[in-house]
Amino acid sequence: MSNCLLSLKDITKIYPNGVVANKGITMDIHEGEIHAIVGENGAGKSTLVKMIFGMEQPSLGEIRLRGEPIKIDNPQKAIDLGIGMVHQHFMLVPSFTVMQNLLLGEEPKKGVFIDNNKAMEVTKQLSEKYNLYVEPTVKIRDLTVGMKQKVEILKALYRGAKILILDEPTAVLTSQETVELFSKLQLLKEEGHTIIFISHKLKEVKEISDKVSVIRQGKFEGTYNTFDITEREISKLMVGRDIILKYDKNPPKYGENILTVKDIEYENDNKKILDKISFSVKKGEILGIAGVEGNGQNELVKLITRLMDTQKGEIRLNDTLINNMSISELRANGLSYIPEDRMTTGIAGDGSIADNILANRILEDEFTNKGLLAGNKMKTKTGELIEKYVVKCSNALQKIIDLSGGNIQKVVVARECSVDLQLLIAEQPTRGVDVGSIEFIHHQLLEMRDEGLAILLISADLNEILELCDNIIVMYEGEIVAYFDDKAKVSEEELGMYMLGLEKHSPKNIRRAFNE
Amino acid sequence: MGNIWEIIFATDFIFSVVRVTTPILLAALGAIVSDRAGVVNIGLEGIMLMAAITGVVISAQTQSAFIGLFAAVCAGILIALILGYFVLEMKSNIILGGIAVNLFASGGSVFLLYVLTGEKGTSSSLASKVVPNINIPIIKDIPIIGEIISGHNLITYIAILSVVAVYLMLNKTPMGTKIRSVGENYHAAESVGINVKKVRYIALGLSGMFAGFGGAFLSMGYVSWFSRDMSAGRGWIALAAEAMGGGNTIGTTITALIFGFAQAFANSLQGLNIPSELITIIPNVVTVLGLCIFAITKTTKVRKVKANEKNNN
Repeated sequence: MSNCLLSLKDITKIYPNGVVANKGITMDIHEGEIHAIVGENGAGKSTLVKMIFGMEQPSLGEIRLRGEPIKIDNPQKAIDLGIGMVHQHFMLVPSFTVMQNLLLGEEPKKGVFIDNNKAMEVTKQLSEKYNLYVEPTVKIRDLTVGMKQKVEILKALYRGAKILILDEPTAVLTSQETVELFSKLQLLKEEGHTIIFISHKLKEVKEISDKVSVIRQGKFEGTYNTFDITEREISKLMVGRDIILKYDKNPPKYGENILTVKDIEYENDNKKILDKISFSVKKGEILGIAGVEGNGQNELVKLITRLMDTQKGEIRLNDTLINNMSISELRANGLSYIPEDRMTTGIAGDGSIADNILANRILEDEFTNKGLLAGNKMKTKTGELIEKYVVKCSNALQKIIDLSGGNIQKVVVARECSVDLQLLIAEQPTRGVDVGSIEFIHHQLLEMRDEGLAILLISADLNEILELCDNIIVMYEGEIVAYFDDKAKVSEEELGMYMLGLEKHSPKNIRRAFNE
Repeated sequence: MGNIWEIIFATDFIFSVVRVTTPILLAALGAIVSDRAGVVNIGLEGIMLMAAITGVVISAQTQSAFIGLFAAVCAGILIALILGYFVLEMKSNIILGGIAVNLFASGGSVFLLYVLTGEKGTSSSLASKVVPNINIPIIKDIPIIGEIISGHNLITYIAILSVVAVYLMLNKTPMGTKIRSVGENYHAAESVGINVKKVRYIALGLSGMFAGFGGAFLSMGYVSWFSRDMSAGRGWIALAAEAMGGGNTIGTTITALIFGFAQAFANSLQGLNIPSELITIIPNVVTVLGLCIFAITKTTKVRKVKANEKNNN
């Protein structure tokens, strides 16, 4: 057993707004191991490594490096201590060459000038030493994602990183690039580097890591020898929430298809994001899309809501092809959308509640009068909506940004659901919202379903999916990997297996999600 | 028309282009450095004005042109750093901060003049000094070239040397690399431990220094007195030159020369029988035209790139 290199003791992180991201995490990382940290989105993995890299400070607890308690105030301190990090979003300057990015801030000098020959030499040596081939004079903006990542890794190594933190390194890579990355990481490990690897892809964790630590909802669920634990066991440790909500639902009364998605494919940077996605949503149905974030759900929603152009396949709303429809036409045809990111897409933060709550209908005849807005009518309507959707505020002219997350979301829900609609796309509708608002929003969704609306619910919250949805599809790596129409037969743990790519339904069963 | 050609091809016209370009070029260098660090200093106009009055006042007090010049440059740096303090520490908007500097300088310089001389228009009552002209040995005796290159104000030569210095600094030194990385993706700079705030202070300080030289040139070289609002839009023209030059030193220098040419041309035409109102708008019209051409070529370029991308897909 090698020596303990980095140990975390009772690390707790509470943000100023009261969110507890990490709670009492105790973890030992040994020299020369690849240590995976796994957990669902929002479990607190990123926060934890940010504290190791000095980007955040723990509220409580202690970090020890080789037995010495240390305080890492900023990334520079971490770098000086031999800790390097490859961020999920690359920290590179696009117009600079590979060489310039690698050496940035620590260029070899000749007099006052940068010694270009020396820089070139250093870059080549570095790239040979670690077997990471990069072309020193190519500009970053001309590189593929995989190459950029290599530059990031080299950047950390050039600064003497012995401990290398990789935040979801495979999320942006193609499968070939992933294979290559893993072989390089193995080499680095053999040379005595210690690698901390964040992921929620269990197959990869199993493949590459020596140890695996599980975090669930900010809490530590233990460190295991990867060899001793199965993917299923890890999955069970990862999945599950504390707040369980239960609803009495009426039996569904399905009508005709409202939304039909057929053979959708989407590619970005030569990476297939969506592959042959087909499903349909009927009147009176809540169809859930479960999946770990980043498996194509986001792109799928953008295609359906016309925020992005469809490359291949057909999307129909009530039999009308919407592939080329404008967003306003689409909305006029009865689509409403509760976006995932309410602060940037859902609301205009500088506006008042009144501005936001009627933003989608200011062009309606009801609210215009000879080209001007009909102030009184708008005021009455706003009042009605605030009351109906129980938005807690001092008055309708209050800035929306001053409301709590739950109340902001209620404004969004009020806006999207109070128009004449047929299809609602609800994307993570209750994320980061208080329990009271969650219940309220859930009841709204169920009520609308009973009134005969078609609802597509995209959520990473399995409890939400299982409680609200009539039918469920699971997405993994851009594909539909499962379709459940009998929820009694499926548990959270089971859904987790599909979400993490451990299980897959037969194509025949998946095809049932799409009915002509 | 014959008159006009005679004007343009005369050596003293070309000499005057260089002279007129000097303050625009200096301010444009200030614009480059600050813009490349991501803190575009639109207070250049005001900084020039404050430097101009400072140079006049201090050189009159000390009876030394060089102390006056030094004071003018220090004033430029100081104001830029104050702007930096508001933007980098107090997190105010850089555009608003720049506007504040300009408004402050426009009124503040006249106020200072009034307090010291009792006049509100020009500083003619102050016995201020002028930075000397330099005759370059040997070169000054070469016909035509000598007449154009030699005999300029010291600050003009400083401007020319500054072009080289800024070019080398930005492209060949670690400091320049830091400035550019901070301007383009400060997260990247932060991630390798570069102190983003410090780099921006330095860039703003440099921009103040260049604008300070430009301002000093106005009141201690171009003419020998201070008059209200004497920067006359040069700070803005410099920003336009920087934008058109795409933020790079050579492009910006060329653009500054074009604007200088327009200004010098307007000055020369004043001898002819053309309404002065028409003449005074020439430099501004050239600036607007230049910016239009720049915008058009840029958008077509973007369109072409986009079209290429589509074809590739």
